[in-house]
Amino acid sequence: MSGPVGLGPDYMQPFFDFVNWVCKPQILFSGSVVTFFGALKFRKILVKPPVTIGIVIAMLVFFFISLLSPQFYNEARKADNAPIFIMIVLTGLVIWAAFYQAVNNDERFRQGLRSDEHEAAEEKLHVWPYLIYIEAIVAAFVLAAIFAWSIGLEAPLEQFANPAKSPNPAKAPWYFLGLQEMLVYYDPWIAGVLLPGMIISGLIALPYCDPNPKGVGYFTFEQRRFAISVFLFGFLILWVLLIFVGTFLRGPNWNFFGLYEPWNEHKLLSLNNVNLSEYFWTNLLGKAPPAEWWKREWPGFALILGYFTVMPALATVAFKKFYQQLGFVRFSVVIMHLLVMLSLPIKMYLRWSINLKYIVFIPDYFFNI
Amino acid sequence: MSAVGDQVRKILDESVYQSVIWKSVFRHGFPDTDRNRTLVVLSNLFLHLHPAKLKGHAVRMRYTWCMGGLSFFMFLILTISGVFLMFYYRPTPEYAYVDIVALREDVPLGMFMRNVHRWGAHAMVLIVWLHMLRVFMTGSYKAPREFNWAVGVILLKLTLLLSFTGYLLPWDQLAIWAITVGTNMARATPFLGHEGPGASLIGYDDFKVVHSKSDIRFALLGGSIVGPSALLRFYVLHCVFLPLVAGFLMAVHFWRIRKDGFSAPL
Repeated sequence: MSGPVGLGPDYMQPFFDFVNWVCKPQILFSGSVVTFFGALKFRKILVKPPVTIGIVIAMLVFFFISLLSPQFYNEARKADNAPIFIMIVLTGLVIWAAFYQAVNNDERFRQGLRSDEHEAAEEKLHVWPYLIYIEAIVAAFVLAAIFAWSIGLEAPLEQFANPAKSPNPAKAPWYFLGLQEMLVYYDPWIAGVLLPGMIISGLIALPYCDPNPKGVGYFTFEQRRFAISVFLFGFLILWVLLIFVGTFLRGPNWNFFGLYEPWNEHKLLSLNNVNLSEYFWTNLLGKAPPAEWWKREWPGFALILGYFTVMPALATVAFKKFYQQLGFVRFSVVIMHLLVMLSLPIKMYLRWSINLKYIVFIPDYFFNI
Repeated sequence: MSAVGDQVRKILDESVYQSVIWKSVFRHGFPDTDRNRTLVVLSNLFLHLHPAKLKGHAVRMRYTWCMGGLSFFMFLILTISGVFLMFYYRPTPEYAYVDIVALREDVPLGMFMRNVHRWGAHAMVLIVWLHMLRVFMTGSYKAPREFNWAVGVILLKLTLLLSFTGYLLPWDQLAIWAITVGTNMARATPFLGHEGPGASLIGYDDFKVVHSKSDIRFALLGGSIVGPSALLRFYVLHCVFLPLVAGFLMAVHFWRIRKDGFSAPL
């Protein structure tokens, strides 16, 4: 990677270099996963207001230092990227609010008390005025915020549509950038059709597959560790983080760039991605891969088949109680969705570590996995 | 209350709240008694989306974050600003872009209304996500509210589709290329897209049922590229079809909240 161009003093250069290094996909993703589970583990410390305020200040400092980089400054001032910052701020705020109350309630349960919500629910309040007033005031504030945003920031209008001149990079709307990021690792029939479909089906299946009767009507973490961890992993890591990556770290030719690295259209990356069949036949057995796909691709098929049969079978043993609670059908739905969800990070790491392109490669039928 | 306040209240009571016109519109007295506070909610079409009384926790902002109500509020803002934009916009490639330019430069408040619509749409996507996040975090999707959660998931999807179809309408470079990137995925739909797995199996020898002029992407765009038919289709979907479906599902969603009851600790 070429060095970043920063306006800051020379002694800041090591910092810029470090951030660019952290933004390498494998380091950023691994770091985020570790941070995510670390944050769940140390939630009691993190939700303490002084700690939270410290984190917010650190993020603000990081943001303003980042503005010294012309590359980040350019991206940050694009009007269409405003939702990304609002997303980060609002998501952080509501996650903090949820965990602050969850930690508080979990502590109350340990002391043998009822949840804070339960105490409050004892009293019945008239919707007029107690709720209507809150709604009216919040609606007024939100309307004012939208108006202020609309007065202060002009919605961009680019050049007249030209089908012959594609921008580089051509990006989907910001809320679909997670899907566009998945396209790097999977073909469109998986990244653009199967995975979004399974996000929807998984969300719809969620209430029918969550056998835990606890945790209705109050914030908690300890009573719903598994459900909350999985859901937030999907939402924060596989959705919000990928949107951030797609916005700030994907430049021309959909190449990966450090946060401060200038978007050079001529950046060349040696792409020597290799299919699994090639690894198996050429590297392992030392002969040419067979031409017929049903002979060539059987290792890949075996791997996929194994993943979706052996793993669920192991899961029935490892999570025996969960399996008995749910029954075969619902357990299968849960495991299949979890395995598909995990297949994204798995493919990411296979790409980053051994340059794996396709596990199954049958271009004649557009069947590439 | 001060003496002046009492005096004002007395005048209002006598000349406004007791007047024939007031009483023909509002079927209740001043809402300072339990009875009248209940009647305010029950006798008003819009307010009766609420129950008359709620448990204390459900009223608190830190429980709901107001996100569900705000999702609906954003839908209303976008409907109003969207109707305004429709007066000035024609969904054909010859006019679409110049109409937006004229809207920005010549129409009083045109730029402002366009900005409200654009930023409001982004805000609505975020608010609907955060609404789902809150409902998840308080376990409100669990029985008996499973079905309403499913309706909510469809509404989330509709929100994204509404935003996505609106993306094309300015007919600028950002619009057609974002939609091109987005709809290109449709050609890879298994069996239904011409570059999707299995599509080549439907047919006989050289006769293919699913090809680039008959697949699901073609149906979505009304052509094989993002062109005039795509603009018209996205316009109709954006302004008529999707809002109607969303409105219908919102009615179901709100009604079911009342029927299933607001989530509360047992």
